[in-house]
Amino acid sequence: MEPVIFEERKTQIHRKGAEPFSISCNKSSLAGAVSQRACVFCGSRVVLYPIADALHLVHGPIGCAVYTWDIRGALSSGPELHRLSFSTDLREKDVIFGGEKKLYQALVELIDRHQPNAAFVYSTCIVGIIGDDLKAVCKKVEAEKGIPVIPVQSEGFKGNKREGYLAACEAMFQLVGTGDTSTISPLSVNILGDFNLAGEIWIIQDYLKRMGVDVVANITGDGRVADVRRAHGAALNLVQCSGATMDLAKMMQEKYGIPFIRVSYFGIEDMSDALYDVAKFFQDKDPEIMARTQELVREELTALYPKLQELRKDLEGKKAAIYVGGAFKAFSLIKSFRHLGMNVVMVGSQTGTEEDYQELAEITDEGTIIVDDTNPLELSAFIKEKDVDIFVGGVKERPIAFKLGVGFCDHNHERKEALEGFLGMYNFAKEVHATVTSPVWNFTPRRRKSPIAVNHAQEACLS
Amino acid sequence: MKKAEPFVSTTNACKMCTPLGAAMAFKGLEGCVPFLHGSQGCATYMRRYIISHFREPMDIASSSLGEKDAVYGGKANLMQGLLNVIGKYKAPAVGIATTCLTETIGDDVPTILHEFKKECLAELNGDMPALIHCSTPSYGGSHMEGFHAAVRAMVAQLADPATEKHGGINLFSGFISPEDIRHLQDVFAHFGLPVALLPDYSETLDGPALEDYQNIPGGGTPLDAVRAMPGAGASIEFGRTIKPERSAGAVLRDKYGVPLYSLGLPIGLRESDALFTTLETLAGCAAPRRCALERGRLLDAMVDGHKYVAGKKAVIYGEEDMAVGLTSFLSEIGVKPVLVASGGESGLLSEAVAAVTGEFPGDPPLVRDGVDFYQIVAEAEALEPDLVVGNSKGYRELARAHDIPLIRVGFPIHDRFGSQRVLHLGYRGALNLYDLIVNALIEKKQDDSPVGYGYI
Ligand code: SF4
Ligand code: SF4
Repeated sequence: MEPVIFEERKTQIHRKGAEPFSISCNKSSLAGAVSQRACVFCGSRVVLYPIADALHLVHGPIGCAVYTWDIRGALSSGPELHRLSFSTDLREKDVIFGGEKKLYQALVELIDRHQPNAAFVYSTCIVGIIGDDLKAVCKKVEAEKGIPVIPVQSEGFKGNKREGYLAACEAMFQLVGTGDTSTISPLSVNILGDFNLAGEIWIIQDYLKRMGVDVVANITGDGRVADVRRAHGAALNLVQCSGATMDLAKMMQEKYGIPFIRVSYFGIEDMSDALYDVAKFFQDKDPEIMARTQELVREELTALYPKLQELRKDLEGKKAAIYVGGAFKAFSLIKSFRHLGMNVVMVGSQTGTEEDYQELAEITDEGTIIVDDTNPLELSAFIKEKDVDIFVGGVKERPIAFKLGVGFCDHNHERKEALEGFLGMYNFAKEVHATVTSPVWNFTPRRRKSPIAVNHAQEACLS
Repeated sequence: MKKAEPFVSTTNACKMCTPLGAAMAFKGLEGCVPFLHGSQGCATYMRRYIISHFREPMDIASSSLGEKDAVYGGKANLMQGLLNVIGKYKAPAVGIATTCLTETIGDDVPTILHEFKKECLAELNGDMPALIHCSTPSYGGSHMEGFHAAVRAMVAQLADPATEKHGGINLFSGFISPEDIRHLQDVFAHFGLPVALLPDYSETLDGPALEDYQNIPGGGTPLDAVRAMPGAGASIEFGRTIKPERSAGAVLRDKYGVPLYSLGLPIGLRESDALFTTLETLAGCAAPRRCALERGRLLDAMVDGHKYVAGKKAVIYGEEDMAVGLTSFLSEIGVKPVLVASGGESGLLSEAVAAVTGEFPGDPPLVRDGVDFYQIVAEAEALEPDLVVGNSKGYRELARAHDIPLIRVGFPIHDRFGSQRVLHLGYRGALNLYDLIVNALIEKKQDDSPVGYGYI
C-alpha cells in the first residue's frame, strides 16, 4: 500500500513505545495536505462569539462571515445578538479603494439598530492585505457611540487558531478593568474557556453555587460585556482546557494579581479535581467549603456510578480514537474512556504543544498513535490500522468515521449534548454507548461483505 | 432590482462565497480534488459547510498561505501543495480556484501552472494530471458565479477540438442535488440519449457505504466525457440567470459550433415541459411512456390538491435560478409568490421571474436581488406569507420567528436529514415538492386547529 503519511509530516506523528518521545508541532499546515485546521480568525471567533450582547462584525468578504454564522451551540440565557452573522461584505471597489468607509458606516448602522453593549470588529485576510486602519475606525465609532468598539487582529493567514485565541484575549483584556467591582463577594471566580455549548456552563455554575462560590464573569459562554468589564474583581480564574483563554488569565494575573488554575470539566476525576481545587483555594476564607464540596461530589457520584456501570458492560474492551482541537480535552477523554472500560489507541489535536503531547504519551498505553495537525488520509489509515470502534472528533471528522463503518461522538463546538460535569459524563457515556452498540456496524461492508456489491464496471445485467 | 433600503452592512447573508461554488463543481469531475489557492481557513470552513449538508467526506486542499507568502506571493506554496496533493491522492485532476487573498495579492495562477507543468513533470514521472483553474475572488460574486466559472473552466480547458462527432448530449445542469442528477441521468437513459452531465457529484457527494475509505470517491463526470464535448450533437444548459460570459454551453457553441439549448432549471410543469420537449426533439421520438405518466401523475396531484394551496402566499429565496424555478412551479399550482429574493446579483432575476409568472393574473411578486436575510425578513413581515420555500438558513429568523412552515430545498440544508436526496427536478421532482408543500400546509392547519381532524 502507498504510504499515506507525507514525508514532511513524519515528525508530527509519534507511536508510543516504538521510539523515545519526540513530536514536532505548532507548525504551519503543510500546503496541499487538507489540514483539519481553520485560521486565526476562526480562533478569535470561537472565543469571543458567545458574548451574547456584543456586536460581532466580520470585516471582510462574505464567506468568512457566512461560514461562521451560528455554527457553535453556544447558548445564551438572555440576548442572542451573537447568533446573527454580520459582515461588511467587501466588494471589488472596497478592495481597490479601501474598506474603511464601509466599515465605519456598517458599524454605525448596526450599533444604531441593535444597541449592543460593545462591538468586536474582526479583520480577515483581505483586510490585512488592503491595509485598512481598523483601530482608527473603531476609535472613531467608540467616541461617537459611547460603547467599547474593539478591533480583533485576526487576519487568517497570520498563523493558526492559537494566534486567534491570543487576539481574542487581547481584545477582551481591553474590557477587563472598566467595570465596578464593589459588590463582588470574596468567594468568587471567573469561568474562562467554557463556551456554554448545549448549556454546559449552567451545569458548572450550579456546582459552584452549591459550594457557595459566586461567578463574576463567564468568559465567554453565556457571556455579557458588563461582566467581562468587572472580571478583575474576582478572586480566582478557572481556565478550562485547550488554553483558548489562557492568555487572558495570564494578563489578568500580571495586571491585577488574580491567580488562575487550570481545570477540565470533562470526566469524573477532572470534574471532581476542578471543584476540589476551587474549594482548596477558598478554604482559608470559608473553612466549611471543603465539606460542602465533598458532599456535592459524593451526591453526584452516587447517582452517576451505577448508571455508568450499566453502560460499561457493553463497552468493555472497545477501542477509541480521539482527534480534537485542543490537547487538554484529550486528557480528560482518555480518562473518561477508561471509566467505560475502553482503550484509546489514537489521540491527536489540531493545536497541541510539545508538553501536551509529552503528557499524552505518558498517560496512554503502548502503541498508541499520537498525532499533531493531521488530515483525512492519515486519520482513515490510523482508524483502519487500529480497527477502532469509535472516533471522537468534530463534524469534519464524522464522515471519515462513518465511511469506515466506525461509531462517532461529536466533541466539538457544534455538539448539541452537554458533555461537561457529572451529568455530561453520563451523556457522554450514553452517546458512546448508542453509537458503539448500534446494529448497523454488523452490516457495513468493512465488517461484513455485501451480498449485493457496488460494481462500477457493470451497469446492467448481462443476461 | 435594487436593494429595498441602501443598507451598508450585511446580516445573515443569503449567499456563499465564490470558491465554494467552484469547489462543488470540481467535485463533480471524476477523480478531481478541489484545491483552493489561499490561506488555510477558507478551505476548512467550506469543507465544514459542505459536509454538514451532504454528510460525506469533502476534501478541499489548500495552498495554506502564511504571512510571508501573502507578502511575497503564493507561488512556492501553490507548487508544493500541488505536488503534495497529486502525490498523495494520485489525483488524475486538480481543480484550482483562487480566493480573495490570492486574487488581491495578484498571483498569476495560469503562469504558475504553466511553470509547474514544465518544472515538475519529471518529479511526477511524466504523469501530469489535468490541472483546471478558475479565478474566483469572492468579492466578485456569489457561490453561483464560482460554480459556473468552474464548469466553464473545465469545458474550456479540457475540451479536445479533435473529437469526432458522436451525437451525445452535453448537459450543464447547474447546482442541483445528487438525487436530481441521478434522476436526469435516468430520464436521458429512458430517451436513449447518451449524456455527458457536468458536474456529476451524485456519487462523489452521496456515495455508498464501502469496504474501504476512498481518498478520492468514485463517480464524477469522466474526464474523457468532458474532453469529447465538442463532438456532441447539442448542449443543454439550465439556468435563466447565467450570463453569456459565464456559460459553459456558450464556449462549445462559439468555438465548436455545438448547438446550445438554454433552459430554465426544470422545476415544475412548464420548465420540465421545456426540457422534455427539447429531449423529444433531440431524440427524434416522443417521450417514453414512463415520463409521460409521471407528468400525468403530477397534473393529477395538482388537481387533487389545488384547494389546499389555493391563494396561499409564499416567500421564496435562494440561488437565483433555483428561486426562478420554484416561483414558476408555485405560480402553476395556485400559490401566490409574494417575494422572490436572492443574495445573487446577476442582474437577470427580475426578467426571469417575469417570464415565468407573466401568464398568471394578479400582481407579480416583489423581486429582490443582492439581499441578505435581514432584508428578506423585513420585507416578508409586511407580506404575511403562509409558506416559506428556500434553504435552511431562513429557519430561525423567518420561518420559526413568524411561525410559518418552511419547505427546505436547495443548498444548504443544515438542519434536516437526507438533504442530498431532495428531488427538485422534472415531473417527479415537482411531484415530490408538491407533496411536501401540501403536507406542510395541512400540518400547519392541523396543528393550529383545536379539533384534531383525522381526515383532511
Ligand atoms: S476570504 Fe474569500 S474565499 Fe476565503 S472564505 Fe472569505 S470570502 Fe471565501
Ligand atoms: S479569508 Fe482568512 S480569515 Fe477568512 S476564512 Fe479565509 S483564512 Fe480565515
